[in-house]
Amino acid sequence: MSETRFTKDHEWIKIDGKVGTVGITQFAQSQLGDIVFVEVPPAGKAVKAGGEAAVVESVKAASEVYSPVTGTVKEGNNALPDAPETVNKDPEGAGWFFKIDLANPSELDGLMDKAAYDKYVAELS
Amino acid sequence: MTDADSLKSTPLNDLHIALGAKMVPFAGYSMPVQYPLGVLKEHLHTRTAAGLFDVSHMGQATLKGADVDAALETLVPGDLKALTPGQIRYTLLLNDAGGIIDDLMVTRVDSTTLYLVVNAACKDGDFAHIATKLKGRATLTRHDDAALLALQGPTAAKVLAKFIPAAASMPFMTGTTGHFDGVPVRLSRSGYTGEDGYEISISNASAEKVAKALLAQPGVQPIGLGARDSLRLEAGLCLYGSDIDTTTTPTTAALNWVIGPRRRAEGGFPGAGKILGEIKTGAPRKRVGIKPLGKAPARAHTEVQDGNGNRIGEISSGGFGPSFNGPVAMGTVDSAFAKPGTQVQLIVRGQALPAEIVSLPFVPHRYFKKQ
Repeated sequence: MSETRFTKDHEWIKIDGKVGTVGITQFAQSQLGDIVFVEVPPAGKAVKAGGEAAVVESVKAASEVYSPVTGTVKEGNNALPDAPETVNKDPEGAGWFFKIDLANPSELDGLMDKAAYDKYVAELS
Repeated sequence: MTDADSLKSTPLNDLHIALGAKMVPFAGYSMPVQYPLGVLKEHLHTRTAAGLFDVSHMGQATLKGADVDAALETLVPGDLKALTPGQIRYTLLLNDAGGIIDDLMVTRVDSTTLYLVVNAACKDGDFAHIATKLKGRATLTRHDDAALLALQGPTAAKVLAKFIPAAASMPFMTGTTGHFDGVPVRLSRSGYTGEDGYEISISNASAEKVAKALLAQPGVQPIGLGARDSLRLEAGLCLYGSDIDTTTTPTTAALNWVIGPRRRAEGGFPGAGKILGEIKTGAPRKRVGIKPLGKAPARAHTEVQDGNGNRIGEISSGGFGPSFNGPVAMGTVDSAFAKPGTQVQLIVRGQALPAEIVSLPFVPHRYFKKQ
């Protein structure tokens, strides 16, 4: 059983048991434009909910990717640094940034579900 | 946040919106930063075909006076007297300390007339400065009623020649007047991309007509300010306010080449004593190309360090170069570290990343050379 939650900073986290997979949303990639550089966190890195976890850069600007939850990075998507355009092409699939072992699954309750996130994005544009 | 209502717009505002541009505030104007093609493809398109840029926010003016060249030479270090009608010179407005107030293009129209193009963010100050300093000697007339388009790229000449046949054979850095579908134009073979191309000055009223006619040509795409910035950075061209400002002298800016032999011998421009000294002995700091050796771009204001962790300068412009296919930057460093090949480190997100001082440009200029 898996479900996906979203942050106001346009990250998604797909939950599978106590492991979450994190990326940026379709809306986020469309706002960033052509992505030319990605830095993913190494396995074992401790991150906090809302803390900087990865970096994504377009031609024009650098942006932080924040972790939706507190935990320990299980794995970074090591295919991304050599193919950053994957984030544009498939942001909510192959363009995932990292997997994380959740320290506190109750943090998910503070995140938006898909319906709430879609409404949030609609109000932004 | 900038109040959108207080922003000025160019005569092409409706066209930008119709083309799907993302508009951003820039130098007091609402300007297109990118179109649906996106910065990366807009950049590459300009290097392979032709890109149309709206640069109507820039300041255009005519300066008239009996000895207009000698008069303006009191404010800039360029040899303007040497300009024959139609020739264009890139030069610098200087303050008395030798600092750069702005960089600008000066075209000799005739013996008593010069046409000036200055940066958007500086235009009010520049024009007031010139009018005040040259009062009684030359009269400045602003062309706020004129739009400015740039058509840049390897096919620009072929495209423009369909409308103005003489455009194809104009030498680089010359200007002329003509007609585009009956619209009077001032045409310059110049630009800010490192490619062959033109800048086309027309009345505000005819701007949309000319822009649409050019965009209807095969291989012409509208290009936003995002790609304009990455193109000029790869070409090693300065952005005023980032790479050069009143704290940089021509020598610091690695722009000694704008000062010709006669002006070096005679002086007579603001800050000449200091600048002529620096040309001989060097300035304490120098603008250089900086190539990050990894994949991470280093943005403006990134600290530059020597191998021992001492601060030696700062990046002034940096990002990803789509044609270079890697990160590119320029910055100002202590002159002891300015030699190409010098290894330095860039502090990006707290990490020291290796980089090298390199010669500019990152992408060779491909300006038109007459056969």
